[in-house]
Amino acid sequence: MYAQMVETGLKNVRSAEDMGEQERAFQARIDAGVKIEAKDWMPDAYRKTLIRQISQHAHSEIVGQLPEGNWVTRAPTLKRKSILLAKIQDEAGHGLYLYSAAETLGVSRDELLAALHSGKAKYSSIFNYPTLSWADMGAIGWLVDGSAIINQIPLCRCSYGPYARAMIRVCKEESFHARQGYDIMMSLAKGTPAQKAMAQDALNRWWWPSLMMFGPSDAESVNSAQSAQWRIKLFSNDELRQRMVDQTVPQIEYLGLTVPDPDLKFNAETGHYEFGAIDWSEFHNVLKGNGPCNRERLRTRVKAYEDGQWFRDALVAYADKQAVAKAAA
Amino acid sequence: MSKEWPLWEVFIRSQHGLAHKHVGSLHAPDAGMAVNNARDVYTRRNEGVSIWVVRAADIVASSPSDKGALFEPSNSKVYRHPTFFPMPEEVKNL
Repeated sequence: MYAQMVETGLKNVRSAEDMGEQERAFQARIDAGVKIEAKDWMPDAYRKTLIRQISQHAHSEIVGQLPEGNWVTRAPTLKRKSILLAKIQDEAGHGLYLYSAAETLGVSRDELLAALHSGKAKYSSIFNYPTLSWADMGAIGWLVDGSAIINQIPLCRCSYGPYARAMIRVCKEESFHARQGYDIMMSLAKGTPAQKAMAQDALNRWWWPSLMMFGPSDAESVNSAQSAQWRIKLFSNDELRQRMVDQTVPQIEYLGLTVPDPDLKFNAETGHYEFGAIDWSEFHNVLKGNGPCNRERLRTRVKAYEDGQWFRDALVAYADKQAVAKAAA
Repeated sequence: MSKEWPLWEVFIRSQHGLAHKHVGSLHAPDAGMAVNNARDVYTRRNEGVSIWVVRAADIVASSPSDKGALFEPSNSKVYRHPTFFPMPEEVKNL
């Protein structure tokens, strides 16, 4: 999940008795499956939670370009390089769709970027891991974008119109990302023993962080229950994670690779795979800013933004000059 | 000197003969850059043959609170729909 552990700021799930007339009407619209639009009345907590969730999602798309940017100049062929560039460009586009959706809730683009650059806003834990080999480009597209798709498809039906519409666009494009990743893995898995070992190594390193992307179990979480009531979260973290494992294990088997989990086994009764315990201390540590690449990612992002300042200023100066000339004519 | 770029709403005509459709919004310093950015953000997969950009500030929108006054009057005018008039089975081409 690209947005992890989103706070609602509430201690209890809102019950009908807590709500005034306006809020009850709002909740009734959500229950009836009616989309909430930017200008509609909404409770402050809904607005703030959505801003947190959508902006965290947007920041993840933007920062998500950095691990892949590492391999653009070292892609094995021109075709792979073009594909990787197209994927990275898509991530930038996804970030922009999502920033626009967040802005409909009354927050400005500059505020959102400032929150990212100051380290105040979070982005997905997954992007704080290093990309050590070309196989990581395969593993990211396949597993990370794969996890993102599982999370994002239900969000196409979420209650907030602008967010749902952004998600529809994102999901349409995301399938290409997952497939190009799997395509890289297939080439490596069918290649030399060294290439196959590279694919296995990438899988070993990305498997657990990908499962962590969905966030810790939220069966008992007030935040998740409230988000579910608002229909901005449609399935629990555990349900989505299970879906990921169930659909990915056969894909791993096809590649002839090994799932890096000695406890993994198929339960014929439930039809689901059972998997080993996730090291949540690692997840919380990465979220706190102590992952392998947290500081480097933020530093790279801020540098890119600052290095582009002169160009953005020049565009504004040109636009201002043209506006003055037009007014004088 | 940084100031926030204005917001532009983007409309794309997907094929000749179809109307432009709202696809989203973006920030750009002027109209020319808004078209360029819209090309990159909204038409990476041949989605369009034409782009319109309009400053979001220039769009006049109806307010959700006016919904009743604006749209309810047409609720009672069901005769505006052809299905209001049942036609006998044997009458054709109507």
